[in-house]
Amino acid sequence: MPTFFEKKQLVTPGELLAEGDYLPGENTYVEANKIYASRIGLVDADNKKVNVVALKAFYVPKMGDIVIGTVVEVGFNGWTVDIKAPYTALLRASDVLSRPFKPQNDELSQVLNAGDLIVAKIASYDRAHDPQLTVGEPGLGKITRGQILRVTPTKIPRVIGRKGSMISMIKQETGCQIILGLNGVILVTGKNIEDEELAITAIRKIEQESHTSGLTDRITQLLKEKKGNGNTVEEKTNE
Amino acid sequence: MNEKPEKLIDKKGIRLDGRKADELRPLKLQVGVLSNADGSAYIEHGKNKILAAAFGPREMHPKHLVQADRMVLRCRYHMAPFSVQERKSPAPSRREVELSKVIKECLEPALFLELYPRTGVDVFIEVLQADGGTRCASITAAALAIADAGVPMRDLVVACAAGKVDDTVVLDLYDAEDKLGVADVPVAYMPNLNAITLLQMDGILTSAELEKAITMATDGCKKIYEMQKEALKTKYMVVKEVEE
Repeated sequence: MPTFFEKKQLVTPGELLAEGDYLPGENTYVEANKIYASRIGLVDADNKKVNVVALKAFYVPKMGDIVIGTVVEVGFNGWTVDIKAPYTALLRASDVLSRPFKPQNDELSQVLNAGDLIVAKIASYDRAHDPQLTVGEPGLGKITRGQILRVTPTKIPRVIGRKGSMISMIKQETGCQIILGLNGVILVTGKNIEDEELAITAIRKIEQESHTSGLTDRITQLLKEKKGNGNTVEEKTNE
Repeated sequence: MNEKPEKLIDKKGIRLDGRKADELRPLKLQVGVLSNADGSAYIEHGKNKILAAAFGPREMHPKHLVQADRMVLRCRYHMAPFSVQERKSPAPSRREVELSKVIKECLEPALFLELYPRTGVDVFIEVLQADGGTRCASITAAALAIADAGVPMRDLVVACAAGKVDDTVVLDLYDAEDKLGVADVPVAYMPNLNAITLLQMDGILTSAELEKAITMATDGCKKIYEMQKEALKTKYMVVKEVEE
């Protein structure tokens, strides 16, 4: 039962990773009792499970995921939403209005129009049907303020950190509200633009250095430094 | 290419462009050259210069091409009007339509088509300069572009041709050898799974010669595969270096 890689080695699709008594994890597949990589990424073995952390991937909808999407079309009884996935999502009118939808009374484009951004949860999705969204929960719905940025969907777990340590730290340091769409879209809302910019620089840094260890500490340091500078500038202008 | 030279291979076994019988042309591969495509690759195989771009998986348009149970791979092989000595009409020719189909079919076994039903992956191959063996170079570049787009793959696909020139079986024919030689055998190959996904033959070979040509071509593929892997890793190496 040999393995053919070192920890965190960069592998390409088709590279043989392990043979025999191992389990195929993410971005791997089995053929004739051998485990191969299916994407470019870094390999890691967790007990008997061989995982590849992909360096480039796209978002695949999963039931229960929070995503951020753009309304692309207002339909007869709902909206079509672009969630940066291979499939476009559907949002039903009755779900948004939280009462039976009557075409003669309601003008859908006044509730949500093309170009509007929404935070939504994936209510259902399977191979045969496009994902359906829902906004019937607190915190979901139309986005009215803040800034949007996109990262590779595979990097979202790194932005969250272990048990949410990274994201809660950024929230605390910058005083911003941050919503992470699992499709790689992030919404940052703060009291002012400076706070938002600060949070965005931090997230960009995480995206770039996502494979380094001790990242949380360095981000904390970065935020503290930047915040210190920002304050001194503010003081000067006040005087 | 004015007159047919008397011999394409001299007494010492050296070909017209100075190569030995089992020698590849110099290769250069680069990944991620286009920022608007999801994935892209550029290949210089001898004098061939080819760009490949991949998009997807994304929604299929037009809708009637959607397959309810699997992903659809579409390929477009196109030669630029300036890619050959005499201007080539930019409209797709019979040859280009055929090559598009052939390339599509040789890449399909490398993809997990059943994983993302109702979607489509598009691959665009643009030949900027042609000098024989463009289909093989295109396949090599297209596989890289798909891998760069983040589409899961069973293996990278590599392609290389072998053929017969005068009386010798040789590797990686270039334009003159292709046109004046006896036979040309392009082979596309998945090295880790040891599977051939494309095998064509243009010309006449004995069965022994064909067998020799296929082994020669797959050996060539293995050499190109190492460069292909290297090219793909180089793009993502930047990420890795930060780690240390």
